[in-house]
Amino acid sequence: MSADLLRLEGVGVSLGGREVLRDVSLTVHPGEFTGLIGPNGAGKTTLLRIILGLQPVTRGAVLIDGAPRPPRDASIGYVPQKLGIEPDTPLRVRDVVSLGLDGHKFGIRLPSRARRELVDDMLIAVGARRYADARVGELSGGEQQRVMIAHALIGRPRLLLLDEPLANLDISSEQGIVSVLARLARAEGIAVLLSAHDMNPLMPVMDRIVYVAAGRVAVGTADEVVQPEVLSGLYGQHVDVIRVHGRVLVVAAPEGIDAAEAAAEDVGVIL
Amino acid sequence: MNIVNILRHIIEPGFFGSGPVHIALAVGTVVAVTSAVTGVFTVTRGQSFAGHSLADIATTGGSGAFLVGLNQFWGYLAFGAGAAAFMEMIGIQRRRGRDVATGVVLGAALGLAALFLYLGTQYSTTTGASFTILFGSIFVITPSTVPALIVSALLALGTVIALARVLLLSSLSPDLAAARGVPVRAVGAAFLMALAVSVALSAVVIGAVLSTALLIGPAATALRVTKGPVRAAAVAAGIGVAATWLGILLAYDSYYWPPAGRGWPVSFFVVTLVVGGYLVTYLRRPVTAAEPAPDAEHACSAL
Repeated sequence: MSADLLRLEGVGVSLGGREVLRDVSLTVHPGEFTGLIGPNGAGKTTLLRIILGLQPVTRGAVLIDGAPRPPRDASIGYVPQKLGIEPDTPLRVRDVVSLGLDGHKFGIRLPSRARRELVDDMLIAVGARRYADARVGELSGGEQQRVMIAHALIGRPRLLLLDEPLANLDISSEQGIVSVLARLARAEGIAVLLSAHDMNPLMPVMDRIVYVAAGRVAVGTADEVVQPEVLSGLYGQHVDVIRVHGRVLVVAAPEGIDAAEAAAEDVGVIL
Repeated sequence: MNIVNILRHIIEPGFFGSGPVHIALAVGTVVAVTSAVTGVFTVTRGQSFAGHSLADIATTGGSGAFLVGLNQFWGYLAFGAGAAAFMEMIGIQRRRGRDVATGVVLGAALGLAALFLYLGTQYSTTTGASFTILFGSIFVITPSTVPALIVSALLALGTVIALARVLLLSSLSPDLAAARGVPVRAVGAAFLMALAVSVALSAVVIGAVLSTALLIGPAATALRVTKGPVRAAAVAAGIGVAATWLGILLAYDSYYWPPAGRGWPVSFFVVTLVVGGYLVTYLRRPVTAAEPAPDAEHACSAL
């Protein structure tokens, strides 16, 4: 189908002789909310870096609108996992959002009323307007995530990539971020691709899951992918999928210990 | 007593009529602005230590230039730029590599400076040379180097201003900047060169070992009292210029202070004023996020 916003075909990456990702194929459509789920070290960040054009692929192709990804693609917005800044960094929230428009350009620009209004609109859209004049380095992790989402949105991307935006957030910030993103996907038709090691906070809003484990992916709806057979095939070892009170736990038994014994001795590894 | 009389007591006779004072004020202003603005980005990028290392290496260049009979500025500039290129080459972009790179280069350079200064005192009758290199010589700037000083300052300042937005984006997240097509490493290298030039210029004004004071002091003070980038740069420049002018004035006046007939060094006044300004900011609460006022938009945050 040519209407795919993003399409990866048989992508493989080797880093230092080690195969980090192999045979990754997936598609993302406009307005779709996709969770990139998997344990730490599975290759989620590498996959995001490939889509961002920061990591060249060893095999396969990355297509945007059916054409090879151009070196600089304004249609992709990116929210990094952590900001590398100190509290005294001279950037207010509104400066950061403004950099989303032209932070990659050289030279200076004069302030304008239109830009200020655009920045305010973006901050209102992500619920960050009330700390617009605070320094971004002094905000909490959840507040910084909202600011960086506004930073990414002001460039009008069609695809928004987020690297572990829910890591180290408290539960209410987590829910706040997830609902902001879900609303953007629905209302603005922006495709959201978000990596997370825990799929549970995303269950209510995810249209599709890209499950990454051991350098390979399984793609589909949550019901299709989060199945013992599918995930066992992906991990290359037996894993159980346990559903408790609407939450999903993916549990592997260490090799040589059978699953029931593992559960009894509480040595299962939650992935 | 009217204002003119008060000023007469503060500004000693002849201050505005003195040629060296004119040159000192002109060069001091341009250098203070360049150093302060560069300093804001140096502090923001966590490269204060690199800035200080470049200053120490400039000492080597200055003493070497003196030994071979060149103007010290060219020594500061050549060694500073060379060291910046070397630090970039051996991995200043990684935090650990950065510390090791600067540390290693620094030790070697200071050893050479010791040798050059020693040889300089052996072969020259100019006893004040090592003092000038280490602690500045703004009243004895050779008029013929003034155009070079000013052009260098404007080039460094222009580079930093041209790179301002990409530097800020890179300090938010280097990956983010790279994904937006910013040549992060080249930008870092260009900034390091501008930093080396600023340090060389500050070395002319207040001496090689003190030049970090003019680079980091005003910037650090500005970052404590402002929030946005433009205001931080403007306030830092203001503090740098004020400290330089006042320092020059006090040094000129100090000619009449005890011990009479021996003016105190400009560097002492400039550095004391810069540090004093920084300490004053501790008398007040640093700027923090304003208490969020609940407003109609507040409801949005729950969405």
